[in-house]
Amino acid sequence: MNLFRNVVFIAAIAGLVAGVVLACMQAYATVPLILKAEVYEQAEGGHSHDHAAAPAAPANAASDNAMSPAAPAAPNAMSAATPAPAAAAAPAEDEGWAPADGFERFAFNVVSNVVTGIGFALILVAVSEFAGGIGNWRQGVFWGLAGFAIFTLAPGLGLPPELPAMPAADLTQRQIWWVATVVATAIGLGLIAFRKSLPLAILAVALIVAPHIVGAPQPDSFETPIPEGLHHQFVVAVTLTNLVFWLVLGAIVGVVRGRFTGTATSLRDSFA
Amino acid sequence: MNTASVSLGASVSSQSRFMQLALAALLGTFIIGFVGFSHIDAVHNAGHDNRHSMAFPCH
Repeated sequence: MNLFRNVVFIAAIAGLVAGVVLACMQAYATVPLILKAEVYEQAEGGHSHDHAAAPAAPANAASDNAMSPAAPAAPNAMSAATPAPAAAAAPAEDEGWAPADGFERFAFNVVSNVVTGIGFALILVAVSEFAGGIGNWRQGVFWGLAGFAIFTLAPGLGLPPELPAMPAADLTQRQIWWVATVVATAIGLGLIAFRKSLPLAILAVALIVAPHIVGAPQPDSFETPIPEGLHHQFVVAVTLTNLVFWLVLGAIVGVVRGRFTGTATSLRDSFA
Repeated sequence: MNTASVSLGASVSSQSRFMQLALAALLGTFIIGFVGFSHIDAVHNAGHDNRHSMAFPCH
């Protein structure tokens, strides 16, 4: 299991670094937007994630929803917008344990980013080994671009990144569509990159397009308390942070693998 | 992109090579599935911000 061990080792290093980088980017780019959206979510009183203490709420978040069931005791809109008191913070629908806001939540986000990073890195390293391996950081960047296209761009077209309180179709349906889109796009890109055949390239395009013709599961209603501007900002932030994550992941795999094999072939010599 | 002449496990047979790489990819898929797709509440809540920020289907 020498090869397996090496793959896991490279993936662990790359996933660790890229995961920490991603978590730091998220702390600035995406998590603040999620926190803002949670204010709208709690003001709306719908499905609540109950991250115990909501961040200070903008008054307008609650003013439209002063009558919402989330704040039955609230005498006016302003108090509905203030962080929920302990009693009100008790989960209306029990959603189990969640990390406390602040450092604990950040720490768990770092951990899940690192774990996700290692998972993606394992797939990246294993698949690229079948194709000869990622020889250096530049090849890694190209592999990272492919990973970005497969895991972020393609599923994101049909299922754009969502903020809390946004309407969405049945979770399992969306997960099935997400996985199917990722697999189809991966096979499609693989056929284009590694099979020098026109019919296969045409098949590849069909595979990449097909999930979007079928269409992602859509919610019954698109009504949401989340302002469109906030959501758009979030989509941009998620897409860009994921792009950087994949580029870093690929590049580090290339660097670490180069140390292992002792080769650093130049891209010109090796890139097909 | 048929590239690096030296591979990670040069000495292993091709069948063993395939199995080990497939196993690594499977492990990665399993990890992603657990962190990003698990329906268990505690797992979902722990990785909540990550799930949203990775655009995994959530909620």
